[in-house]
Amino acid sequence: MKILVCIKQVPDMESKFKIDGTWYDTRDLAWRMNEYDEYGVEQAVCLKEQVAGSDLTVLSIGPARVKESMKKALAMGCDRGIHIEDDKVAERDPYSIAAIIAEYARNQEFDIIFCGMQSQDRASAQVGILTAELLGITAVSTIISFNYDHPTITVKRELEGGVKAVISTTAPALFTCQLGLNTPRYPTLPNIMKAKKKEMLSVPVSDVLKVEAAQQTEKIFFPEKKGGGLILEGDPADIAGQLVRILKEKTTVLSR
Amino acid sequence: MKTLLIAEYRDGKLLENYAELLGFSQSLDADTVMFLVGSPTDLPKFPGKLYLADAGKYGEYNPACHKRFIEKVVAAENPDIIVLSHSSYGWDLAPRLSCALQIPQISEVVDVIDGLPVVPLCNAKMRRTVKPLHNRYVITLQAGAYTVELDSNAAPEVTVIDDELTENIIFQGYEEAQKGGVDLSKAEIIVSAGRGVGKPENVKIIADLAARLGGEYGASRPVVDAEWVEHNRQVGTTGQTVSPKLYVACGISGAIQHLAGMKKSEFVVAINTDRDAPISEIADILVIADLKQFIPALMEKL
Repeated sequence: MKILVCIKQVPDMESKFKIDGTWYDTRDLAWRMNEYDEYGVEQAVCLKEQVAGSDLTVLSIGPARVKESMKKALAMGCDRGIHIEDDKVAERDPYSIAAIIAEYARNQEFDIIFCGMQSQDRASAQVGILTAELLGITAVSTIISFNYDHPTITVKRELEGGVKAVISTTAPALFTCQLGLNTPRYPTLPNIMKAKKKEMLSVPVSDVLKVEAAQQTEKIFFPEKKGGGLILEGDPADIAGQLVRILKEKTTVLSR
Repeated sequence: MKTLLIAEYRDGKLLENYAELLGFSQSLDADTVMFLVGSPTDLPKFPGKLYLADAGKYGEYNPACHKRFIEKVVAAENPDIIVLSHSSYGWDLAPRLSCALQIPQISEVVDVIDGLPVVPLCNAKMRRTVKPLHNRYVITLQAGAYTVELDSNAAPEVTVIDDELTENIIFQGYEEAQKGGVDLSKAEIIVSAGRGVGKPENVKIIADLAARLGGEYGASRPVVDAEWVEHNRQVGTTGQTVSPKLYVACGISGAIQHLAGMKKSEFVVAINTDRDAPISEIADILVIADLKQFIPALMEKL
């Protein structure tokens, strides 16, 4: 079975963001693998372990630093990395990203493709489904359970209010992974060492970008603080005392 | 300006979020038509033209089939904007429409400024206005961003549409949410643990604080996914919706899915080390402190 997992490198969401033109300033940020994609990598590795003779490729688009996240995916069990070299990845819209992936994947006959359900920064939730539509294969989004029993793939889609839809399909298909799909493994030291010897191919973005963007960011800004909220800061005992006083005054739950 | 609104229907019921789509359309003062794969006996309270495909015939959500129906309606109506909710239905269907119609999709719209959609970035820490590079585009709306009072007497003018049924997925059925356990919706005080609690052992101090206050403890999604807290205590879109008199969010950044589940709380205290976390937007009091130091100090004062 030929498997592809697509990952994105994103900044730590707790970062102090600064604005730079029409995007956030990408300097001085800590970068990591998009959390949703970690579930995709884990599911891809589980499937590879289940089906003898499988081959698992991890793909990422971005500047050289994204190779750090790809190394983690290789250490988790992917066989090879495809790095699409693109210094302008931040400004690419979801359609361009999907078109790049589809262009690379076309004619390679991947049986199964995993993507994160969305990225933590843009959160468009478009790239996976667009990729599948461009490739003309089945897409099922937001999965929280995956089971392969040749030739049937049965997944659960997460809907609102804790309800799940049980869906079955067959390869070729793409799945977008929701948080909680599995428990992503931590790479072990021997596997981190082994990963260094794995193949990492670089492809210039100009080889695989054949479309024009469908949208562009006009302006980026911080939302206005609505205010009203009181900020307590300082010595824990002091602010705990202040909080208790306020709660007694403003709510009915503590005055009993 | 003309909008095509895509209403949702699931498991025999019309979903109420179509009011949000109408709210958006009204904010633009647009001509409005609606599409629904639903039931002729459970119609939206919408006084306009509704294209209806019968769910009795076409079943539950089938992406390929819904996409084709909407392509037909778009050809007949020429809408400027196709509007869906940013829901499990909307975020799944919208990219398929975007691809089939070769138009841009703008996800999770919260506002429109100078005619351009506004969307969140980095967990709502920033926002951006987006320019679609096409006359027609599809958008998904963030839950709760728009709404409108429905006219209970309104009824649509129905046009029934049909198509051949094609499937590349097989819908096997629904699995209901876990029942039983704790009903947080009735709790007057809820203390919730977020990712910021750091490790499973620290959930105990959250539970202790809840017990001391005479309330229940809850959790945000990452804590439930990590199995530090059982699912029936999850607050948010995919868990429980709560409205206590006091909600204490401990180490919760405030993802939109979490906020949607607790924003009706009467009084919100957020305890966090990140003062820019989105939870600060709705908190009445933001305590900037380390939970492990602050909660024991708070317990002393109670």
